[in-house]
Amino acid sequence: MTPILDVRDVTKAFGGVIANDGITLKVPQGAIIGLIGPNGSGKTTLFNSIVGYHPIDRGSIWFDGREISRLRVPQIARLGLLRTFQQTRIYGKMSCLENVQISVPHVHEGLRTMLSPYPSEVTERAEGLLEFVGLYPKRHLRGGEMSFGQQKLLELAMALMNQPKVLLLDEPTAGISPVLINSLMERLKRINADLGVTLFVIEHNMRVIMNLAQHIYCLAHGQLLAEGPPEAIQTDQRVIDAYLGAR
Amino acid sequence: MTNTTRNLLLYTLICLISLLAPHLAPAFRVQMALLWMMILFALTWDLGGGQMGYNSFGNIVFFGIGCYVAAVVQRDLFFAVEGQSQATGDLATSSPLFNYFNGLAVGLALAVIIAVAVAAGLGSGILGLRGQYFAICTLGVGIAAGEIASGWGYIGAGSGMVAPIFPGGPGQNATFFYYFFFALAVTCFFTLKRLYASRFGLAINAIRDDEDKAEAMGIHTTRYKTIAWCISAVFLALAGGAFGHLNNFIDREVAFPGITFGVWMVLMAILGGKGTLWGPVIGATIFHATQELFWTYLLGWQRVALGLLIVVIVVFFPLGIMGWLRSRWPERFGETVDLEARAAPISLGETR
Repeated sequence: MTPILDVRDVTKAFGGVIANDGITLKVPQGAIIGLIGPNGSGKTTLFNSIVGYHPIDRGSIWFDGREISRLRVPQIARLGLLRTFQQTRIYGKMSCLENVQISVPHVHEGLRTMLSPYPSEVTERAEGLLEFVGLYPKRHLRGGEMSFGQQKLLELAMALMNQPKVLLLDEPTAGISPVLINSLMERLKRINADLGVTLFVIEHNMRVIMNLAQHIYCLAHGQLLAEGPPEAIQTDQRVIDAYLGAR
Repeated sequence: MTNTTRNLLLYTLICLISLLAPHLAPAFRVQMALLWMMILFALTWDLGGGQMGYNSFGNIVFFGIGCYVAAVVQRDLFFAVEGQSQATGDLATSSPLFNYFNGLAVGLALAVIIAVAVAAGLGSGILGLRGQYFAICTLGVGIAAGEIASGWGYIGAGSGMVAPIFPGGPGQNATFFYYFFFALAVTCFFTLKRLYASRFGLAINAIRDDEDKAEAMGIHTTRYKTIAWCISAVFLALAGGAFGHLNNFIDREVAFPGITFGVWMVLMAILGGKGTLWGPVIGATIFHATQELFWTYLLGWQRVALGLLIVVIVVFFPLGIMGWLRSRWPERFGETVDLEARAAPISLGETR
């Protein structure tokens, strides 16, 4: 399989702290790939580098056959590479429905489209997605009034509305009620299988990521520590040491 | 249905009163014309400051551009030096009435074009700034525009310019400009009402709530911000052009009144309620009425009273009148207070 996302030797330092040190990884088209690692190992920094949030110091990032290392956040988003945030980011004073409506793809957008009301198909699709994440009954509430976990689900619906090719999910199950995690996992699998969205997932919940991902990369201290299928990662002594703090 | 009928009734009533007003109270025509201008100020300021979260203190620049451009067009193209026009016999034959209104139309059109060009040019430069940096920068732009106007000989520099005299009997210009500002403010209101219901409206709200997120979702943030500013510029330039003609005399104090109109447009929007459609209208009406009363009944202390009013607005109505009403009676303002929906458990069971 050709990788849709190809990270080559990416290094990013903040002052003296090397947050990512020569990371190389590939996300194949249509896959679900996991990214794990202890706190501060550079997972979110890597996501930020990929989506163009800050310039990288060395290396290159390729998406769908073109280099995106120098592109800015909105340009990368319009190419179809989207991320969700660890600390949720939604539009607090707008209703859930509006949050999803405004998340339509913004690729071909002339002045006419910008200034005209949303066609009813868009509203219907937005409502469908709210239903998909279980927020349909709350569609008229303001985004900021909802709990952290609900905002997380809203953010997922917003990302799907944007019809991305690849979705980078930063801890999708953090803050979600434990009773919902299994169904959320099933939803993520359906996003991947039915909608054809490639997923690249940061996750701390081992049960979730081992169940979800086909291939997992593990970071520690900014470096790529191990990679492999879930079974291999689970039994990898280096990964266990990194997590449990053995030297 | 009842809601639409009620709105229609409200709009008709307001329009009827407004159309009759100059005949009912002819002595107040200029004040009422300025009331519509204030409403327009508050509405256009709220487009950026309320709906988009970009507090601008420089919108007065577009107003000033309108003032000067419309006056210069009249002076140079339609009311060229008396002697010259008599010598050629060209302009002297056409009636001043024809000249005045043609000149006004051309002047306003040109004012809009130049103001939009300036908004787009400035916007692409400074709309990249966020929060208070943007606010300070626009403040600087407003001051700079005034300084340029007071030093540029072509537009009269410090001694100012005179707009042509309104053709017709005394006082008729007040009636004309009353209806002009009324039509302009109403057009502005309905244009914004329509825009706020469009993709544009949601996009600028998204920029207000979380601009980083909006960028991460691929929204063309700079494009939307620039369009918003250009729309403000269109209406402000039209208002400026007309105000210059109503006032007859134009200099930097008239065209770039940063500390009066420039600050008032912000205050009126805040008083009425930022980020709402009706807020700026209500805020401007109350502010203008109060201000005129201060000038009439508290002469000598009017500035002090105005200052106190501003303090009261900011301290007691931080959300504005609309914001306060909305928090008192949320269900009347389209807020969902359905407790059931709020408490509804999220289910991710098989839905489809």
